[in-house]
Amino acid sequence: MTTIPSNLRRVLRREPRVRPSTEPVAAPPERVEAPPVEIAPNDPLVAYFSGATGAVDIGALQLDSPALEGLREAGIKLVVPLVSQGELIGLLNLGPRRSEQEYSADDRKLLNDLAGHAAPAVRVAQLVREQEAEVRQRERIEQELRVAQLIQQQFLPEELPNLSGWEFAAFYGPAREVGGDFYDFIKLPEGQLGIVVGDVTDKGVPAALVMATTHSILRAEAPRLIAPSEVLTRVNNLLVDEMPAHMFVTCLYAVLNPETGQLRYANAGHNVPYVSTEGGVTELRATGMPLGLLPEMEYEEKEATLAPGDTVLLHSDGLAEAHNTRREMFGFPRVASLTGEASDGEVLIDRLLKELQDFVGPDVEQEDDITLVTLGRRAAGGPPAEAPGGAERQLAAFEVASEPGNERMAIDQVAEAVAGLGLDGPRLERLKTAVGEATMNAIEHGNGNRPELPVAVSVVADDTDVTVRITDQGGERALPEVETPDLEAKLAGLQTPRGWGLFLIQNMVDRLETTVDQHHHTIELTMHLKEAPDARS
Amino acid sequence: MPGAEFGADVRSHDSTGVIDLHGEINLGADQALGAAYERAVQDDPSTVVLNFADVDYINSTGIALIVGLLARARKEHRTVRAFGLSEHYRQIFAITRLSDFMGIYADEDSAVTATVST
Repeated sequence: MTTIPSNLRRVLRREPRVRPSTEPVAAPPERVEAPPVEIAPNDPLVAYFSGATGAVDIGALQLDSPALEGLREAGIKLVVPLVSQGELIGLLNLGPRRSEQEYSADDRKLLNDLAGHAAPAVRVAQLVREQEAEVRQRERIEQELRVAQLIQQQFLPEELPNLSGWEFAAFYGPAREVGGDFYDFIKLPEGQLGIVVGDVTDKGVPAALVMATTHSILRAEAPRLIAPSEVLTRVNNLLVDEMPAHMFVTCLYAVLNPETGQLRYANAGHNVPYVSTEGGVTELRATGMPLGLLPEMEYEEKEATLAPGDTVLLHSDGLAEAHNTRREMFGFPRVASLTGEASDGEVLIDRLLKELQDFVGPDVEQEDDITLVTLGRRAAGGPPAEAPGGAERQLAAFEVASEPGNERMAIDQVAEAVAGLGLDGPRLERLKTAVGEATMNAIEHGNGNRPELPVAVSVVADDTDVTVRITDQGGERALPEVETPDLEAKLAGLQTPRGWGLFLIQNMVDRLETTVDQHHHTIELTMHLKEAPDARS
Repeated sequence: MPGAEFGADVRSHDSTGVIDLHGEINLGADQALGAAYERAVQDDPSTVVLNFADVDYINSTGIALIVGLLARARKEHRTVRAFGLSEHYRQIFAITRLSDFMGIYADEDSAVTATVST
């Protein structure tokens, strides 16, 4: 079906100008333009004009056409179709002659000649405009992809957990048109670990933004609520109001107790994880609706105990639902089967990706993001952890009463505990200052200076870092954002001179993290044992 | 565990008020530091010098006290300088930007005779 190009329709939409009655007679003749006439692509007039060989007299035309009526009402007398290579690309519409005479044969010949020359030129102009629009659209899409990728990468964990007796591996492979996959590891109180794999429907920036929101809510709620079903219920309720239409998030959330191997999990419509066990492959099934669809959803919570040698695979649908050129699906049974064959998580991920590559073929573009996360409980008698920092060992654990000044006690005991680690003088001083400030904060703000409430301090170290955890009884008290104090405002008397504690802590240590549960609030200070080559002097 | 109690002595050096600080600068130092400043500016010197050589601990509340002292001195159009800071506290004065508003010197003579803050 021939369509009327939009630029032609724009010409037709111009408003007519009306000559004022007071205009002098000698004024130059005014151009009179036709009011807009919409011509639907399926109007029979389009087919008629496409086949016309020259100027068409509108008055004499017999067609059941709304557009024809429109042209007549607009005062059009003669239409000269602009046809290029058999395609109707425009119309030259003329009203009555100013002399009020009919269009002569010479007029029509002149107009037909004009149309014959104008049509190819108009077509070229249209093609150039279309190409320019395509380039702009392509640039916009590429820019959007870059933004989506940036958002996505921002929220992926920088490192894998380092837990004695456990091995973690992860792979994230974004599709060119970035989707909304994400995964995360969340430190929880009492040494537990939250593990998340999720997938936002849709692609590009909208999906990346929903992913970022979901990620942030999970990070905030997981340490407070702990129970996977409660966490998903809470996240769902917070997301429902924010979720754009037609979007939702599938998410598997599990909490691992590394001491016992207990894995509690809940599932918001995400792929079922597989577990490779001595007795074969099992599934971690739990029911629940995706996040962000309906409020007040409840999520089934299940529990499994991972035995030494077991490996769990969490996976997004970019793997199992990948297609080859024959439109066959890689499939969940194949993923389950491969899970059972691998000796550990890294081997499993490598194997899955290789099998996928062989299955889809070399030149097939990846359809969707692929996220794979494994956690494996090391077999009894297996090799020790090969994580960067090695095994964590405890150097001290003590309590101080919540009385002003007792931070000095904490400073001294921490200094004594780390004495053999080889921290150089400046790093030790920075750690001491951070410990003092964090302990003061716990005494004053967490425990309200109540001596009967202790502040617990533990010091652990591995081969690369020393970490001091300071826990008060402040429960859900969230640590405020660390802001750079405005010294000018303080010196001008516009702000209180106080408010330096958190800022100092953050500037003293290499990493500052906090976790909260219903009863406790822990601030975790980590200092590298050696200064990184590019760190502060 | 109580640390070394804060104390401050005041003297004059070439018409400059010098405050020798001792012990820990924390919440407990509030009154004594304020009183020491009062004594140091009794003769209306244009410059007050803080001697940190005998200070072994400054916490964030102590930083706030120093900010308060500096704010008051600026309001009175006095210059405040410091010397005797350990490398660690020099770094803290840099991080907090106190050293942008208070010249830090290696020793008392440099602090008293300086004409331009460094």
